[in-house]
Parts: sequence; structure tokens; C-alpha cells
Amino acid sequence: MPERPSKRIYFDHGATTRVLPEVVEAMTPYVSEKYGNASSIHSFGREARMAMDSSRARVAALIGADSSEIVFTSSGTESDNLAIKGVALHKSRGKGHIITTDIEHSAVLEPCAYLKSMGFEVTRLPVSKDGFVDLGDVEAAIRDDTILVSVMMANSEIGTIQPVREIGRIAHSRGALFHTDAVQAAGKMSIDVDRDNIDLLSISSHKFHGPKGVGALYVRKGTKVEPLLHGGGHEGGLRSSTENVPGIVGFGKAAEIAQRDMPTTAERMRHLRDRIIKTVPETIPDAYLNGHPTNRLVNNVHLRFDFIEGEGLVLHLDMLGIAASTGSACSTGSLEPSPVLLALGLTHEQAHGSLRVTLGRENNDEEVSYLLEVLPEIVSKLREISPLSKGPKCNRGGGCCVQ
Amino acid sequence: MYSDKVMEHFANPRNVGEITDPDGVGKVGNPQCGDVMWLYIKVKDDIITDIKFKTFGCGAAIATSSMTTELARGKTIEEAKKISRKDVAHALDGLPPVKMHCSNLAADALQEAIKDYEAKK
Repeated sequence: MPERPSKRIYFDHGATTRVLPEVVEAMTPYVSEKYGNASSIHSFGREARMAMDSSRARVAALIGADSSEIVFTSSGTESDNLAIKGVALHKSRGKGHIITTDIEHSAVLEPCAYLKSMGFEVTRLPVSKDGFVDLGDVEAAIRDDTILVSVMMANSEIGTIQPVREIGRIAHSRGALFHTDAVQAAGKMSIDVDRDNIDLLSISSHKFHGPKGVGALYVRKGTKVEPLLHGGGHEGGLRSSTENVPGIVGFGKAAEIAQRDMPTTAERMRHLRDRIIKTVPETIPDAYLNGHPTNRLVNNVHLRFDFIEGEGLVLHLDMLGIAASTGSACSTGSLEPSPVLLALGLTHEQAHGSLRVTLGRENNDEEVSYLLEVLPEIVSKLREISPLSKGPKCNRGGGCCVQ
Repeated sequence: MYSDKVMEHFANPRNVGEITDPDGVGKVGNPQCGDVMWLYIKVKDDIITDIKFKTFGCGAAIATSSMTTELARGKTIEEAKKISRKDVAHALDGLPPVKMHCSNLAADALQEAIKDYEAKK
């Protein structure tokens, strides 16, 4: 094995990112001396309010929205819930049909399942083997009583970028609203809510070097949404709660930096991504890429190795100081592998052998070289232990974990 | 989430491999579930003189396989029959609750191998 670098290597930016020093610097005064409640009329309150306003403008600018259309929340999950349940439960609706896909984040699928239990109808669209929604399927599924179409901008696991502009156009042509979960996409690709026909869009600060515990929902002017939290009427009545001012300030700074640096950071990540995508199948037998080779997030690599299980890969990488993730069941605490991978048509055993590498703006060629050097050895070590590399393929039909 | 002992056995598993003319073989698990274990034993004078395994599975699956082979090696068949999943987990200083059932199949593989040995005897 090559020598282990002195610093740990972080390749799990899809999970979360480091808060940049500039962001910490921007937040710090609002934790210590500028601690006012943004609803207060005195100078403490006013300085907090002003900081929030400027953050709102920065977050809006990242997605081509107007400041007044940004609702701050606590997370991407809350934003998704507010969009989906908020649209469905508004008194102007109260019933109807919702379209989503098989590869959404659980923060979208679970609210949809909840609404289904309340009497709404939900259609989940399948995806192609590369993870794309078919526009013909959207056309075919949409009905006169469809109130909402929710399709993520880019997939959190396999990075596939959906044709949101066209999906939004189809939704609007039938009078439905269009929501997109852009939690993974924001800060990594150009987003314009007008160009992309988006009515509601979820983002989260900690996915692009802002603090955790803060997110936003873009709500197009005039869109009727029922709040989840009733109370003091903050955020235009859509999200009562004393505002998380330091978090929002950090979010705004992170949005500003992401937008400012996007041309260079996206190019750097794309270069590193393509190196991994090209090299791994060349140096490791029976290794494949999940998702599309190019129409994917600039920072996402999702690989699959036959005959081995992903948790072992992640643990071995971790022992060498490299942080990555897997869609294998064993890592998630459930007995099923990632539903996203199964939706691509992969078998359970294929899905178990997956490895997700999500790059960040601070990763470099040396770190990628180290990964590319150690990975073949780790894979071959696990394959030496595995009975599958020479044994029969899956014995289908058997139940899992029979006692 | 894993004990140091689990990580140690995962990183350096003991008794990996196959036995070409085994006296008993136990195969358990299903690749769909993410865990498959094959365990081979060689028996002489009622004592397990050699034991090897191959495992497809997570860290816990590999560590429990390794530990099971360590516990069974040198034991009499009667002693080895008493090795349970619980003994294996205990010897590894415990397993995360979610791993107790699905990734702790090695003791079952050992019992299958013993059954196979006794059937052939």
C-alpha cells in the first residue's frame, strides 16, 4: 500500500460538508455580541433583521429567486415537508393527486406516503437504468386533479440530474405545481427557478459549506402553502419560530461563496470525478459506474463492485483515513439495500456492493490518486474472503436473514 | 459502532480460505441479504483440527466468521456444537443490535458443517 497521507481525506460531501472559515467568521458575531431576536424593534433586533435580510438575498440569488420568496427552515427535510404537505393540506386543495418518483429522498417519499394515508392519491414514477425520469411517463401520469409534481433536481446517491425544466413545463401545462428537492444540486450547478419552471424548491445549507440546522424553501409568489408550524407568524406566516440568525447568516455566506466560486469549483470537482470514473473500471475487474457517465452532479461518483459488500469497503477505506459511503443495507441499519439502486434495476447483491464518493471543493488530485491506488487492493482483499467470486450467483427467492 | 475487537477481526480475519478435502461444509445466508458464509472443517479423532471460511458480507459478518473459526479450532465436536451466536458476539465484545441477527450467521455455518460431518461419518 502507498503511504497513508498525514491528513484524513473526506469524500462524503453528499452527507455533509465542512463549514468554511469565511462562513464561521460571518456567523460568529451573531452568536456572541449581535444576539438579538430579529423580531425586536430595538437595535439588537434590527441588526439581526438586517443580517437576515441580506442572507435572504444571497440565498435567493443562488437560485434566481426574489428575496421575498425565500422561507428559512431548519433543514432540507423540513423544506420538503413544508412544500409537499403544505401544498396538499392548504384549504384551497385538501384532496387530489401527487406525482413523484421512486428515487426521491425519504424527506419527499415519506410525506407523500403520509398524504396517501390521508386520502390523497400518489403516483411514483419509475426511472431508467441510469436513473432518469421519462418525460412521457410524466405526461401519462398527470391528470386534471394533479395538484403537485415533485421530482428532485439531482439524486443524492447516484447524482443523476433530472430534466426538471421539461417536467415543470408539463406540470404547469396541466395546472399542477412543481416542487424540486435541490438539496444536492444547489451550489454545484446553475439553478434558475424561472427558467426551470419551479414553484417550490428545497435547499439545505450544510451541503455547501454552511452550518447544519438551516435550510430554505423557495415558494413562488402567489403559491398557496399551509404552514406546518403555527405560532408567531414568522417567515410570512409559513414558518413560525424565532429565527436561527447565526445559522441563517452562515447559510447566506455559504450561498454567496458557492455562487461566486461555482465556475472554478465545479470544474475542479468534475475533473476529479472523471478521473475516478475513468480509472476505476480500468484498474479493477467487475467494477461499474451507477448512474449516467456525464449527466450527473459534478461531485458524484457511484461505483459498484461485484462479489463484495459495501460496508467492508467503507470500513477499509476508513482505516486508511478515507471517508466515503455506501448504499449497502448493512450501513443503513435496515435489511434492505438502497431503494434508489433497486429502482435502477440492480439486484440486491449488486446494490450491496456499492460505494459512493462525493467530492468537495477542497479535494485535490493527490487525494484522488491515493484513493485510486488503495481501492484495487481493498477490493481484491474483500474478494479473496468472498465465496461469491467463484461460487454460484444469487440463490433467488430465498428470504433474508431467516432465523 | 463496532468494538475494537470486531474491527481487529475484520481487518485481519483469521482462517480465511477453503479446505480442499473437508470433512464437513456449512453454507448459510443469501447474497440478496448481503450475507453469505461458507465454512469448512477438518476433523481428526473427534477434534476440529482445521477450519476455514469464506464470507460475503459486512464488517460484522467477516468478524463473526473469523471469531467462530477461532472459537471452534481445536475443540471436540461436542464442544463445538455448543458454540452459539451469542458466544461469538460475546467473544467480540458485542455487536450493534441491528447486526445481531443478519450478520451473525457464522455459528449457524459451523453447526451446518458439523451436521454435514456427522451425516457423512
